[in-house]
Amino acid sequence: MNKKLLLGDEAVALGALHAGLSGVYAYPGTPSTEITEFIQMHPLAKKRKVHSRWCTNEKTAMEAALGMSFMGKRALVCMKHVGMNVCADPFVNSAMTGVNGGVIVLVADDPSMHSSQDEQDSRFYGKFAMIPTFEPSSQQEAYDMMEAAFDYSEQQCLPVLMRVTTRMAHSRAVVEVKDEARPENEMNYNATAANWVLLPANARRRNDKVTAQQAQLEEDAEKSKYNLPPSQPLQGEGKTPLGIIASGIAYNYVMEVLNTSPWEGLEKVAILKISQYPLPKKLVRQLLESCEKVMVAEEGQPFIEEQVRGVFESQNILGRLTGELPRTGELTPDCVAAALSALGVTSPLATREGLGVSPLVAARPPQLCQGCGHRDVYTALNDVLKEYENPRVFGDIGCYTLGFLPPYKAIHSCVDMGASITMAKGAADAGQWPAVAIIGDSTFTHSGMTGLLDAVNEKANITVIISDNLTTAMTGGQDSAGTNKFEAICLGLGVESEHLHVVVPLPKNMPEITRIIREEINYNGVSVIIPQRECIQTFKRHAKERKQQK
Amino acid sequence: MKTDIILCGVGGQGILSIATIIGEAAMNENLYIKQAEVHGMSQRGGDVQSNLRISSNPIASDLIPKGGADVIISMEPMEALRYLPYLNKEGWVITSNAPFVNIPNYPGMEDIKAELAKLPHVVAIDIEQLAKENQVPRSANVILLGAAQKALGIDYDKLEAAIRRVFARKGDAVVDANVKALAIGREQQG
Repeated sequence: MNKKLLLGDEAVALGALHAGLSGVYAYPGTPSTEITEFIQMHPLAKKRKVHSRWCTNEKTAMEAALGMSFMGKRALVCMKHVGMNVCADPFVNSAMTGVNGGVIVLVADDPSMHSSQDEQDSRFYGKFAMIPTFEPSSQQEAYDMMEAAFDYSEQQCLPVLMRVTTRMAHSRAVVEVKDEARPENEMNYNATAANWVLLPANARRRNDKVTAQQAQLEEDAEKSKYNLPPSQPLQGEGKTPLGIIASGIAYNYVMEVLNTSPWEGLEKVAILKISQYPLPKKLVRQLLESCEKVMVAEEGQPFIEEQVRGVFESQNILGRLTGELPRTGELTPDCVAAALSALGVTSPLATREGLGVSPLVAARPPQLCQGCGHRDVYTALNDVLKEYENPRVFGDIGCYTLGFLPPYKAIHSCVDMGASITMAKGAADAGQWPAVAIIGDSTFTHSGMTGLLDAVNEKANITVIISDNLTTAMTGGQDSAGTNKFEAICLGLGVESEHLHVVVPLPKNMPEITRIIREEINYNGVSVIIPQRECIQTFKRHAKERKQQK
Repeated sequence: MKTDIILCGVGGQGILSIATIIGEAAMNENLYIKQAEVHGMSQRGGDVQSNLRISSNPIASDLIPKGGADVIISMEPMEALRYLPYLNKEGWVITSNAPFVNIPNYPGMEDIKAELAKLPHVVAIDIEQLAKENQVPRSANVILLGAAQKALGIDYDKLEAAIRRVFARKGDAVVDANVKALAIGREQQG
């Protein structure tokens, strides 16, 4: 054993490598990105030639992982929570096929939406797909769980969903790690086609099997070492005044509060920690029966709380649904302290005050970097669009979403990866003109190409700007799948060559860029303009690397 | 021992390398550490902070509760004020006094100085200027760390040793510059 200071994401990555990982498949997304980056840089991964190149999107990632599993090897898929929506089709069906080599689908949820467009809780996906779900509450547990989850995946012939949240993914702690890594699985031909060919007859058989398997999964969760059964009342007869169900990282906030509580407060409390699902109903029942009231503390949506409450609306089950804890947003030690204090667990945390908020402090929202090419693109676009009565600009996911904010105020929508092109097309179908889509290079290859084919096939009256900075910039500058291929991709999809332009977004080229944008808006059909200039952040990094090499 | 630290600044100012040095020093002492960072969108010129907790006993929460921080180390003076509700009433603020103005409604610097002066324990210094004057232009953040040494409750020698380990692979010149910067910062503590 040796000790390392690791981010939760890095603990996951090292845990996977030490568990005999053969491939990680992922698309960058905060807060999951560092898992794949850690594997890419790790000497063991290099030595073993573990697959770690970025995928085009989460769906291609999930499917490639299934292929590796089919051949008997262990694969990890990583994504942020909204990536689950993109790979939902293969994810849900992976329970029907089952796995041969172990598969872990690691999803990093982002409650409070630090870098995301919604707060969806991936545990619902696990339940919905009938796939066992692990939720570590510490970096150590995250490391340890990876090997356990790969073993369990192979034992149950099902993928395992591993759910972390921002404060786990992006928080460091000291982790004890193994000195030696388990060998990789040998390739094998044990996968039986009758399970993997999801014709209705095969799928029905598998559906019955997986449904029947749920009782076993629940039984395993009852006994899991990651689920700590309720502590018994410390003294006296009768019921414990308060039970707490705490899952994942919420367990830490509960413990932070209890650690600062006076002893007489703790005698009133019994805790059930949950880190493995399906929900262990016997453990929950044991707590409910031994306590007068139970509060559920969980990061994300009220996943456990709803299951425990059922339809009976018990007055004694408390949490986000009853207002003890905030209904939305991530938990903090402060809101957990306030909730527990209201339920009789005194802690200095509930009443302690810091210094007052200074009235001087102004909000400092993120913004496009100085020298960023997207700035020049928006400057040119705004300059042209002021000539039109009601232009609409459909934006997309990436740094350039910040074009919504002053000084540009340039976009009117941002929904999901690739939606700029398809929404512009739908708006044009409705009669809107000018309908402009602005999308980044990595987002275009992730989910924009199919929408562009729809637009080309119908000769939709839209202008598409692929703002190409040669990288996946928002997540820190990962390789972008389509670099140097965008013209060929657009021509291949049927964009007319005379309406496909590559320009360099620099202030000195403004006259040329504005002329092209104006002409193409006025063209009745699909036009694509590709402003192409390296991200200023990766440019600086590359310049530094070149200097160091000299 | 137990020290809860809030590191803050504007995205790109290098608060995480301060955290790395403190983390390295703490790890070498076999202390427990938790360090919650901010990655992603806010790193683009927005406000960023990191909660760093070190303790001789196990630490439960990755986040510091309100009123619990012993020290705020800030690369930017207005950002230091942002986290005051997390500082305990006898806590220290160690901050750069050079404003990073990238918003139109940035408050007046005199007002910020007056606000900082009201705090019970504050060290506000022009780390950029000190870094330039002393020919360590890239080590302004380590000057700030030096100025926080007593407030952190970590021995000076242990911080210096951590710097030597953290920067070792970047060569002697980088190590020397950062060791020098730490010493310059120490002088500023008064």
